[in-house]
Formats: sequence, C-alpha cells, structure tokens
Amino acid sequence: MKAAAGAGTGASKRLHPVGRAALRVLSAVGTPFVSAAELVGGIVLTLTGILRALIPPRFDGHETWRNLHRVGVKSSPIVVLTALFTGAIMVIQSGEYVRTTGATGLLGWGAGLAVFSEVGPVLIGLMFSGRVGANNTAELGTMKVTEQIDALRALAIDPVHHLVVPRFVAMVSMLFLLTVLGDLFALIGGAITSELIVGVDYRSFFASIFETHLLDEFLVGLVKATFFGASISVVSCYFGMGVRGGAAGVGKAVNDAVVNAAIGIFAIDYLITFLWSELF
Amino acid sequence: MPPSPEPAAEIALDVQDIHHGFGAVDVLQGVSLQVRQGEIVGVIGPGGAGKSVLIKVCCGLLVPDEGDVVLLGQRLREADDRTLQTLRNRLGLAFQNYALFDFMTVARNVAFPMVQRGEASAAAIDEKVQRRLAEVDLPHAGPLFPNELSGGMKKRVGLARASINDPEFVFFDDPTAGLDPVTSSKIFRLVRRARDEQGASCLVVSHDIDRMQACVDRFVLLYRGQIRWRGTSEEGYEAEDAVVRSFFRGGVEGLTR
Repeated sequence: MKAAAGAGTGASKRLHPVGRAALRVLSAVGTPFVSAAELVGGIVLTLTGILRALIPPRFDGHETWRNLHRVGVKSSPIVVLTALFTGAIMVIQSGEYVRTTGATGLLGWGAGLAVFSEVGPVLIGLMFSGRVGANNTAELGTMKVTEQIDALRALAIDPVHHLVVPRFVAMVSMLFLLTVLGDLFALIGGAITSELIVGVDYRSFFASIFETHLLDEFLVGLVKATFFGASISVVSCYFGMGVRGGAAGVGKAVNDAVVNAAIGIFAIDYLITFLWSELF
Repeated sequence: MPPSPEPAAEIALDVQDIHHGFGAVDVLQGVSLQVRQGEIVGVIGPGGAGKSVLIKVCCGLLVPDEGDVVLLGQRLREADDRTLQTLRNRLGLAFQNYALFDFMTVARNVAFPMVQRGEASAAAIDEKVQRRLAEVDLPHAGPLFPNELSGGMKKRVGLARASINDPEFVFFDDPTAGLDPVTSSKIFRLVRRARDEQGASCLVVSHDIDRMQACVDRFVLLYRGQIRWRGTSEEGYEAEDAVVRSFFRGGVEGLTR
C-alpha cells in the first residue's frame, strides 16, 4: 500500500503541469470536504455508540454520580451569576422604552420571552460548553495520552460504557436542570432591576410574565437545552477520545471541541426555532 | 536462572508473522514468537524497536496490518468484541506509563478490575486489595491518589492492579523504567511471583537485562522491527552476533542506528 502511495507520488510528478494544477485544485477542494465528512461521521458514530449503550442502559453508576456532581452542582454558581446579570441586562435594555411609552406591563413579558426562548438556553449552553465541555475534552484527552483508556480496554471495560455514556447522561440532564435554574434566576435578576432601576414594581413584572402565557417559550427553551446538552457532550467526548500527540494534542482537541460545540448550539437553536415557528 | 517450563507445555501466546506500521513507518516487520504456559519471556531491544507496539498487538489493543496472534487459544482476528472482552478478563497488563486512573484512590484503582468483573463481594475485594498492596510493599497507600505517589510506587500499584484478577497471562511493559536498582529488583520479584504463585505466563519488555535475567526463562531481541535473536542470557553473552553481545555486555559493538 505504501509502495502504491509512493508510486502515486512519482506518477503525479510525471503529470503535465495542467494535470498537476488540476490535482492541486481537487486536493484543496477535497481536503476540507474529507475533514468535514470525518468530523460528521465520527460524531454520528459516537452518538450511535452512546445510544446503543443506553438501550438497554449499561453504564457505570459510580462514574455517572461523579459526573452529575462535577457537571451540575459545580456549575450552578456560575450559571446563577450569569443568569442574574442576563435578566438584569434585559430589563435595563428595555427599561428606557418602557419608561418612554409607559407600557410597564410589557417589561416582564419582554424579559421572560427573551430569557425563556433564546437568551437563557443559549447563554447557559455556551457557558456550559466553555466550562464543562472543555473540561470534559481535556480530561478524556489526558486519559487517552496517558494510556488510561487503553488500560480500561485491557481490563475488558468498554470506554464508551464507562466514560462516555455517564458524561452524556450527566450533561444532558444537568444542562436541562441548569436552564430551569438559570431561567428562574434571570427573572429574579430582572425583577430586582425592574424595581430598583426602572421603577416598575416587581409584582407587576412577574404578573406580566404569568398573564402572557409564556409556558410555550419556557418549554421550547428546555427542548433546546436538552439538545444543546446532547450536542456538547457528544462533541466534547468525540474530540477527547480522538486526541493524538500529547499535551499539544489535548490543547488542540479542547479548542476544536469548544468551537464545534458553539457551532452546534447555534445550528440547533436555528433548527428548533424554525421548526417550532412552522409547526405551532 | 529460574526453572523453565516443560518444552512440550501448551502454547499460551503464539505471535504469527506480525507486520504493523504507523503512516510510513513499519514498526513490526514479520515478528513471530511463542510463549509457553507458565513461561516468562523477556523482550529486549533498543528504544523504538517496537516492543510496546508488540505488547499492544498481543493483547488486542492494536490490530496488526498483517499476521495474527493466538492468545490463550483464541485467534484475535476472529474475536468479536464480546469474545475479546471475555479474553481480556483472563489477562493482566502493566503499562509503561502506569496508566493509573487519576480520579481514583490507589485502593479503587487496584480493586477496579475485580469490581468490574462483579463476581466477588465488597469484603472479598477489600481483603484481596489489601493483600496485593502488602505484597507490593504499599500496605498504607490505599487512600492516596496516584498524584501523591512516586514513580516506583505507581509502577507497583500498576502491577498490583494487573494481577488482582489472578490472570492467566500478564504483559509487563517496561516495568522498571526509570527506577532505582533496589525497586527494580523488587518489581522483577513480583513478576516471578505472578508466575510461581498464580501460574501465569508472562511477556516482559525491559531494558534492565541484568536484573531481568534472574526472572525470565528466555529472551528475544527485537531489533529494527524483527526478532534478531532468541535464547538464554548465557547464550546472549556468548552470541556470535555482535548486536546481541552488545545488548548483554552493554557495549556499542555492532550497533548502528
């Protein structure tokens, strides 16, 4: 095979200059296509492996608990803080218009709509990806380069069952719960700002949320959070398990995981928003 | 020199004409070797000769480009995932870089293979872990994490983990790399004990020929991806091949890179 590759290289040198230029163009066009196909294929295979391990459920309970704590409990302070500021900023941004028009009854509705359907899940998803997804890729990548994943396989333990599935379960369930927590604290931040800065009573703020029936927006936000969690976990595990080349490889994998997880979040957000608007 | 197993003993590991490469580099080029039941075979050779790759191929962590391995009666090319998992329950592997799980305590690391097998009670597992840790001179290391241990201690924990399930075949990948002579001797005593007390067959990769010869039954020299020589240490010192003599006598006669 290597001899054939060598022969191929020799053959390309013997090509007419036009042929060589055409080969270069094909290579320039083909390489990104092959890379993208490899990425999508790898992610689909990772997801398939996870789903196969989930039906029927075969994964490590201790490792799942460890990840639920690491992913969920330890992320809650930063999510609460982010959400408080996000809700407050929403109210400050719309406060000027509310004061000008006197439409104080719309302040809670506007903040709730933005927080529930878009800002809450997307911002918390991005925060989660940066904190948990990156950490996950680095941890799995380090395990790969220090042969800990080979050690699992040598001990007759499937790394997907033992490492990947517990992380998937923890990240999907915890991002869902953190989004609920984040929505709540974003509204609290909005209500405090509404009372103290905009001058709209917090009872009016909450009343406008409950009277305008934002349950659909709340639910679509949670659907998004569930898919974001799945996307972040699959992408971070795929890049972590595929690390090659020591510390530099781990750094590159973390970078690739964060970038691709962010792309995934916005693509899923677009898709669900589009489907929701078409279907309901 | 330890007593060798009977020549007619059953073959535990049969490596058949293995070729394996990474990109343009052919690491293993037609390697064949056998390890009999209860035998300890030492693999020596310069760095980069393919010794660690050979171990990974032998225990099914790498699929060779060509050739096959028959391990404990199972042909690896024909083994599906389930068969391979069942086979690995009968193996032990001590890694060159320890490969201890850094989020687990030493006791949990050593217990892990037994816990995963799910056949023993918690009390039986605790008792065996304590016994194994005492055997490797680390009776009080159980609650520590791997990052609190020295290199030699990590190696010994790795050996305890590799042998906790009383495997039928144990692979040792450079178990004494970077260790002082006293610790190295202790490690090789543990390798011998795996064979003498558990009846395990062993393949040991190491550069520490002086201490290794008190442990292994015979050597093979892996040189530039091929088996260059096989024999006992006495034969190695007197070998006609200058490369072989250089490895045993520690000279550079006949060696080219």
